[in-house]
Formats: sequence, C-alpha cells, structure tokens
Amino acid sequence: MSFRTDGAIHSVLEDISFEVRDGEFLCIVGPSGCGKTTLLRMLAGLVKPVSGRILFHGEPITQPGRDRAIVFQDYSKALLPWRTVAGNISLSLEACRVAEPERSRRITSLLAKMSLQASARKFPSELSGGMQQRVQIARCLAQQPRLLLMDEPFGALDALTRQNLQDEVARIAAEQKATVVFITHDLEEAIYLGDRVIALATNPGRVVEMIEVGIPRPRHQLETREDARFLAHRHRLFGLLQGER
Amino acid sequence: MKAALRGALIPVAIVASWEAGSRAGVLPRDTFSRPSDIAGAAVHGFADGSILLATWQTVEAALLGFAASAVLGVLFGVILGLSPRLERIVGPTIDALRPVPAVALIPLSLLLFGFGLQMEAWVIVFACVWPILLVTVASVRGIEPRLLDLSRVLRMGFSERLRKIILPAALGRISVGLRVAVSISLVVAVTVEIVLNPRGLGYGMIIAQQTLHPELMYAELVWLGLLGWALNGILERSLARWPGGSAAALRGRP
Repeated sequence: MSFRTDGAIHSVLEDISFEVRDGEFLCIVGPSGCGKTTLLRMLAGLVKPVSGRILFHGEPITQPGRDRAIVFQDYSKALLPWRTVAGNISLSLEACRVAEPERSRRITSLLAKMSLQASARKFPSELSGGMQQRVQIARCLAQQPRLLLMDEPFGALDALTRQNLQDEVARIAAEQKATVVFITHDLEEAIYLGDRVIALATNPGRVVEMIEVGIPRPRHQLETREDARFLAHRHRLFGLLQGER
Repeated sequence: MKAALRGALIPVAIVASWEAGSRAGVLPRDTFSRPSDIAGAAVHGFADGSILLATWQTVEAALLGFAASAVLGVLFGVILGLSPRLERIVGPTIDALRPVPAVALIPLSLLLFGFGLQMEAWVIVFACVWPILLVTVASVRGIEPRLLDLSRVLRMGFSERLRKIILPAALGRISVGLRVAVSISLVVAVTVEIVLNPRGLGYGMIIAQQTLHPELMYAELVWLGLLGWALNGILERSLARWPGGSAAALRGRP
C-alpha cells in the first residue's frame, strides 16, 4: 500500500494483508514509524491508498463513514474546547441526525457507561487526560460504529489510568460485541487487550507476525499478565520487534 | 472605584489647568477653547439635536461599512483558508490591492455613488475588509487538523462543518481582526466626512473650525473619542460571549 501527499507517493506500507473478523479485538503493534497510524487512517477513510485496497463489508473504503469511528491519540486536540462533555458527545449524535429527546437519553447513557456523569457540564480543559479520553471514546460510541478504530489511545496516560481504561474498553467491547482495531506500541497492552495481535516491522511497514492470543476473557491486570501464554507471546513478539532494529 | 479616581487624576488636572491658563490669558482662546466654552457648545449641540444627528450619520456609515466587511471578510477568509489552491490564485491580487490607501478611493467612490451614505460606506469597506480577511484566512488555517478529521469522520456537510467546527474554532482569533476593523471604520468615516462628504461628525467638525467655532469642534472631538471607546467595548463584550471566543477559551483554565 502506498499513499499520496502533495503529489509525492510514499510507500509506507508494503505486503500488508489481513482480515478483521466481526466482533474481534485486533491489536496492531509496531515500532514508531512503521505506518501504524497511516494504516488506521486508511481504515477510517481519511487517507486514500494509491495502490492496494481495503474492503469493509465487501465495499472498498474510499472515504470516511459514520459506521467507522476513530479515537485519536491526542485527545486534547480531538475534543471541541467550546463544548461541554455532554456537548462533545452530542456532536456525533447531531451528525447522525439523532433528534431530541432520544439524543439526551443516549447522552445520559453514554455518560454513565464511561463514568462521566459528574463531568457532563464541564469543559474538556477542566478534565484530566484520562477523562478527556473517556469523552472521546463516548463520542465514538455515540456513532454506534460497526468498526471502532483506536490510535494509541492510552499512549499519553499514566500507568494506572491506562490500566483502568484498558479494562473499561475491554468490557465495553465485550458487552457490545464491537469490532475493534487497536493500535499501540506497547506489546503488553496489545496482548492484554487483543484476540489477535499483528506485529508490524518498519521500513517499509510490513506484517512480521500474527498471533492468536487465546487467553480467556475477562482478563485481569495481574493474573493475565502472569499467564504462561501471555509471557510466551510477549517473548516471541519482543524478540521479533527487537530483531528488527 | 478608587482605581477609577486615580485614573481620572491626570485628565482632571489637565482640564483644570487648561481652564485656568485660558482665564489667565496664557492660552489663546481662538485656538485653545476654554473647557467651559466647550462644555457649553456640547450642551447646546446636544440640546438642538445637531450632534446626535451627526453622530447617527457617522455611526450608521461606520457600522454599515464594518458589517459589510465582516460578512465579506469572514466569508472569503473561510473559503480561502480552506482552499490553499484558491488562495494561491487570489492571494497575489489581494496583496496588490491591500496597500492602496482606502482614503485614496474617496474621489472614485464619489464619482460612482455621489455624496451620501453609500460612498462613505464603500470607502470604509475597502479599509476594513483586509484585516478581517487576512486574520480569518490565518485562523482557519490554524484550526486543529484533528477537528477537521473529526468533521470528515462524522460526514458533516459544509454548512454543518462551518457552524459547528470552523467558525467556533476560528472565531477567537477572527475577533482580533474584527476589533481592529471597528476602530478603522470610525477613523475612515470621520476622514471621508472631513475631506468632502457633507454629513456626520467629521463634517460638523470641519464646519465648526472654518466658521470660527473651535469650542464646538473640541466638543465633537471629545464626543468622538467616547464613541470609539464605546463601540470597541460593545464589540469586545458581544464577542466574548461567542462560543470559542476568548471567554469560553479562558473558562476553566487554572
């Protein structure tokens, strides 16, 4: 796959071929610069591949669609600073033409789902990073997407907040049987969250490994991370990604 | 209140020494009218309605010109800000037109529209539209690209994108251009009136000066100063309430 910016064609990703199964939590892990974000932006339809193709339920992805939501890494830039938390969630519903009183009802339930009730009337600048990321996730869920794309959503958060949000995202994905493509540079996060993990190598970005995690859910921050399968996956992926450098 | 008193100290001292100097014969009365004469001229001018009529004529032209330039400047600024390709085509023409002093267009405007409100408003538009246009282009360019990504993911149409993303995101900075423009509008209105348009406060001042009524000229000068201050204040307040304006951006910041 290659894509075009300002007339030049960058070949960032090559020989990448994979399927995302319905209801699957797929993690893509790789070093920075391997084209993870580009891949995700292509899945969102924000970047068009010049060669290669991406099919979504049989149709090629050529443009963004409300059935695919994307959680950006830089939450502080992806929220509307002039809207409250409820207002930011409302934006998706307005775009999806959800009218009142249904809109308010959905906002209330999303606020509850992401534990944001107390912050409904606050502005994003009044919230911590973890809370802002919760708002972004709630806004994406409001779209009721068939595919949820997450671009290193917890990369900028502290360890404790990250673990809490990992568990919440895993819980919500399981509850809604959501299909999730989750990008991260953190191996453990990828194994902990994913049903499958795809490892990308850099220059050019390509798939070097695809593993089935096979650890039952619900997972647990301590026990899962001490599970023999977890450690084996970690060793394998660590070796692969280290060997690439 | 105390701060206001302290701030009034210098103006009061100046007026008092001016009055005293005039009464002592140090200041010539035909160029430096006595403050008491100026106050008398102001009372007379307001009582017979002449100052209020002139004020309305000046403000009418300034606001009409300002409003037209705000609409034109923001509209084309958003379009050019969103389309760098179009901006590359139109940009050189803008750069060529912009340095033309607006007052140099007074004769042309007179030729086209004759005396009156319209010619004055057009000169004001030519002066005010550039700062608004340039600031709008820059602020639309400066919108966080994530927010534009978001509007694409949500498949917003152009008008929804404009209302919910672009204008609120850019308005905080556009308001700087609007404030500059509102001051310019008053300056140009008075200039056109002093130079040749027989209406408004500028015309009133030049007639007062030429008919040897400097005290009336001073009264109108002071009144114009207050007017400019009020216009700027009103605009600042109404913009602060706009979502994404400076007030909303500042809210909640520790």
